[in-house]
Amino acid sequence: MSEPILQLDGVVTDIGRYHILKGVTLDVPRGQVTMLLGRNGVGKTTTLRTIMGLWRAKAGRILLEGQDMAPVPVSSRAALGIGFVPEDMGIFSDLTVEENMILATRSGPLDPARRDWLFAAFPPLRTFWRSEAGNLSGGQKQMLSIARAMAEERRLYLIDEPTKGLAPAIVSTMVGALRELKAQGASILMVEQNLSVARALGDRAAVMDDGAVVWAGAMAELSADPALQERLMGLSVEAH
Amino acid sequence: MSAAPDHSPTFSRLSLTDRLSLAAPYLLVPVLVVIGFLAIGAPSSWLTLTVSGLAMGMMIFIMASGLTLVFGLMDVINFGHGAFISLGAFMGVSVLFWLSAWTDAPSLVLNVAAVLLAILAAMVFTGVIGWAFERVIVRPVYGSHLKQILVTVGGLIVLEQAIHVIWGAEEIYLNRPEALRGSITFGASALERYRILAVVVGLAIFVAMRLVLRRTKIGLIVRAGVQNGEMVEALGYRLKLVFIGVFIAGSALAGLGGVMWALYEQVITAGMGENMMILIFIVVIIGGLGSIEGAFIGALLVGLLQNYVAFLEPKVALISNIGLMTAILLWRPQGMMPVVKAK
Repeated sequence: MSEPILQLDGVVTDIGRYHILKGVTLDVPRGQVTMLLGRNGVGKTTTLRTIMGLWRAKAGRILLEGQDMAPVPVSSRAALGIGFVPEDMGIFSDLTVEENMILATRSGPLDPARRDWLFAAFPPLRTFWRSEAGNLSGGQKQMLSIARAMAEERRLYLIDEPTKGLAPAIVSTMVGALRELKAQGASILMVEQNLSVARALGDRAAVMDDGAVVWAGAMAELSADPALQERLMGLSVEAH
Repeated sequence: MSAAPDHSPTFSRLSLTDRLSLAAPYLLVPVLVVIGFLAIGAPSSWLTLTVSGLAMGMMIFIMASGLTLVFGLMDVINFGHGAFISLGAFMGVSVLFWLSAWTDAPSLVLNVAAVLLAILAAMVFTGVIGWAFERVIVRPVYGSHLKQILVTVGGLIVLEQAIHVIWGAEEIYLNRPEALRGSITFGASALERYRILAVVVGLAIFVAMRLVLRRTKIGLIVRAGVQNGEMVEALGYRLKLVFIGVFIAGSALAGLGGVMWALYEQVITAGMGENMMILIFIVVIIGGLGSIEGAFIGALLVGLLQNYVAFLEPKVALISNIGLMTAILLWRPQGMMPVVKAK
């Protein structure tokens, strides 16, 4: 296997007095989708935010294609090609959908071909292009948040629970768009609670518990082993 | 699973009440002008007072616009803003004295060139001081309003004392350039030339700020940063640099306002900016934190009301602006058009 695009080695993150990450070690392979799974509160979101630099790692190393991220500020991490979809979507609600997309393209205007591809993947974006993003529904905001990360080609996508609270039809749209992204060879690290979605998209899986990765392997292996799921997460893919 | 439907937007027609509620801030200025006309009675006096009120409002807007951006984007309560007004006035007036041959010449071109150079010098000077102020005084107290108030008031005092050291403690009187003295007669009204210029400059600054904020990428970044600074960083923009840029721009605008106010009052003191801060804070608060449009409307309301009330009932003029602020905050506790919600 080629060198992972992202490596976490013993990453420790505290938020205030709380020890959230207690030594996360994880490899994210290039050109694959890695699902970060686990129960609520085990540190999945904190892991993504630490990779993005929004929380500072107290110890351990984060390497993006071999480059140590410790001295790299948040904005430069984005400039290095990390696209980030936060759990709260991070939509600028007073700006239009178009303005949100303009902000997501750092290298120049939004490429028309890419815009058309995003319109095809997320039709409501075309419809509401000139509307304030604050007026969108929850699902449409999530589409905008993901489209914003996809506005330019990125080296790595960090996506935090893209299907949280969405209706099945919208989830289907999300999965379709992310499949297309995956087909283009994108490297993705995604937090997901919906195991059906994880199974549909994931190549690899890493399961977290109590601030550390307790199991990592092929998504197919996890999907095929209900006992393993039960032991790691207290639930079963078959139940979804 | 089926694909998500392609939603078509449907918009219900807003009720008259909703439409009036949205337009209400924009209607306040014309409504006040009409009330002023009815209360004053004499059209010539009303026109003179209206132009005077608009000119005063525009100058207050120029001074307040920087503060509202700094307040909105950076969540910084900068009481030192008044010092930039004073510093701009002293630097601008120094340049005007230095160019007295131009300001006294009966030439519109030379007069305007002198004023423009004075404005440029004031803006560059206060911009640089603003940069240093942000680095040394404001940066250590981001996130703490109480410390910001204490530290920036300290900075204000230090800068005012610096003005005393450099320019002396006495107030300095000045004359406007030749072409900006006197009035233009319009019917039975006498409209001061300088006040008309102040209206034009204020409008130009307002239009320019709107264009920058609405039509440029840096404006988008500033507007987005007011809402969610963390996400702006995550999209690859260095918000700290934007903060510094906004602080410098806000300080430079205060400097511009200082020169305009100096030419309006024709006297400058180290404390002139500090004295303006109450009016400026009223404008920022009634306009809504972070809102350029709100500050513009708020400044015009303050300027017009002060002039009308001073004419009609001079004693009441002292409390008219506090009354205006109270009324607007009772109507809209977050101000007329807040970009960020008060905490």
